[in-house]
Amino acid sequence: MTKSLLKSREIVLAAAILVLLLAIASRFPAFVAPSNLANVFNDTAPLIMLALGQMAVIVTRCIDLSVAANLALTGMVVAMLNTLFPGLPIPVILFVATSLGALMGLANGLLVWKLDIPPIVVTLGTMTVYRGIIFLISDGAWINAHEMSDTFKAFPRETILGLPVLSWFAILTVLGFVLLIGRTSLGRAFFAVGGNPHAAVYTGINVGRTQCAAFVLSGALAGLTGYLWVARYAVAYVDIAGGFELEVVAACVIGGISIAGGIGSVGGALLGALFLGIVKNALPVVNISPFWQLAISGSAIIIAVAFNATSNRSKGRVILKKAEHAQ
Amino acid sequence: MKLFKSLLAATAVAAVCIAGPAQAETKRIALVVKALGIGFFEAAAKGAEEAAKELGDVEIIYTGPTDTTAEGQIEVINALIAQKVDAIAVSANDQDALVPALKKAMQRGITVVSWDSGVAPEGRQLHLNPSSNALIGNMIIKLAADHLPDGGDVAVLSASATATNQNTWIEEMNKVKGNYPGINVVATVYGDDLADKSYREAQGLMQSYPDLKAIIAPTSVGIVAAAQAVSDAEKAGQVNVTGLGLPSEMAGHIESGASKSFAIWNPIDLGYSATMLAYSLAAGNAEAKPGAEIPMGRMGALTLNENNEGAMADPFVYDSSNIDDFKDIF
Repeated sequence: MTKSLLKSREIVLAAAILVLLLAIASRFPAFVAPSNLANVFNDTAPLIMLALGQMAVIVTRCIDLSVAANLALTGMVVAMLNTLFPGLPIPVILFVATSLGALMGLANGLLVWKLDIPPIVVTLGTMTVYRGIIFLISDGAWINAHEMSDTFKAFPRETILGLPVLSWFAILTVLGFVLLIGRTSLGRAFFAVGGNPHAAVYTGINVGRTQCAAFVLSGALAGLTGYLWVARYAVAYVDIAGGFELEVVAACVIGGISIAGGIGSVGGALLGALFLGIVKNALPVVNISPFWQLAISGSAIIIAVAFNATSNRSKGRVILKKAEHAQ
Repeated sequence: MKLFKSLLAATAVAAVCIAGPAQAETKRIALVVKALGIGFFEAAAKGAEEAAKELGDVEIIYTGPTDTTAEGQIEVINALIAQKVDAIAVSANDQDALVPALKKAMQRGITVVSWDSGVAPEGRQLHLNPSSNALIGNMIIKLAADHLPDGGDVAVLSASATATNQNTWIEEMNKVKGNYPGINVVATVYGDDLADKSYREAQGLMQSYPDLKAIIAPTSVGIVAAAQAVSDAEKAGQVNVTGLGLPSEMAGHIESGASKSFAIWNPIDLGYSATMLAYSLAAGNAEAKPGAEIPMGRMGALTLNENNEGAMADPFVYDSSNIDDFKDIF
């Protein structure tokens, strides 16, 4: 019963995306050419990766507003590393980016877990702190295309089986999340903690630690994306990905992940990100005034939330049904 | 030992100064910048030295606070008043805060001009703008037209739809686009000064207008993002990205061929002109009043408007021939 409802939610979103694509194709047919769709997917890859990380966080009844700042700081750090040591191999850069991101996620997680500060306050604070640190380490200066090594810039663009590496990272992240959510105890713990924290405690799940794990996951993905982002746009400065955190949260909300926690799916986050990605890529080619663009993106979010509000909480994936009834 | 040597040298210099009657007339012009250690202003100082060499009887005092604060500049200005310099040319951190200190300087007979970043009219005799909106608007379309002898479609990638500067420049550009026959401005899109959005808008332009020959981006974020989008689409050479950018940020894209040329004010010329103007006023060769034309050496003459402001010149064009000289400066 619950399963079929969740499924239908994703089907509705997938149908909305199809309608959207048809509408765009009627005004600009070249948009739905396979090569262009691959481009759109590639452009949406960072959003998909961050939305999945954010999903884990939101499902545990938290929110991570520091992802974009985390992305920007990691991006700046690896860009500076690259200018100082141009010979640094890409695997090392990937490792540094992911672990630095995870570290920043851990800072969020520990503040939420150990000090019991509301996550929105913690991440609102760290968001500013991380942006401030970028300014401190870079002195406000940009790292430009000619200062980065060619291998550093080329990595996300390299194509494997017709798709750029950046796209593959998003695909691997999706697959990783399918396994994590569906097959591991941590994945189930995310939902248990968000669905009913009190019941989760009775089953021996450490709520704080689970939330912390979600933050680390989200941070690690933000860090990894930080490198890919900076390499793709070949520029690093304080304000990169400004406001991106809201887009990430919006993708989750559109994807049917409940801000109240406990409800959500990998498919939902993926489709939510794709929906926003298609809108963002289509607006420039369908010739709509920039003021309307903002209004359209905003309306999409509100419609999605309205849709969520109509679906009852009990329709969610409640794992600890017995414990909930026992309360 | 070192201290002793420098003391000795200082004494010697002082002795020469006192001894040489010709030296007594040397004009001391202070170039006060927003903060020391910024490439742009170091370059302006270079220009000021060039002007000093040309004029002969000028000594440049290049100074400024260590961080970009009005308080720091006020201290510096007070120190300069105490030293009785002949002229102060300032790029202000705050257009109002410096007025009292600069008024005091003018009361003591010191010539005060502002350049780059201006001071309110009551705090200076004249202000030197690097360029004017009309000159910039003309330059951005000229940059595109220069590489399109047969004409073609061009599009504008701006910052946000509400950005005052960019809107003014685009308006000025549209006024003069009739002077460039064959150049067809097909669209104006907005990248909001975000690298990713600008990149997507540039991609969108190339898709919507397959014959697009140039993208004009009068914003430093937009021009870099558009150049990257053109490189990634492997259209370098077909689509020329131009507009306003900084040499350090654009060097890689000039090299890749995605951008053939772009423009921004030249800080060397700016420092040079500011010094020339300060000299003319301090020497009494010219008077700062509305409508006056004050010579500034190789840069021609500055015509003042009703606010005693003037525009130096067209923005300076950077391309593969000179980018290497400037990319480390700013």
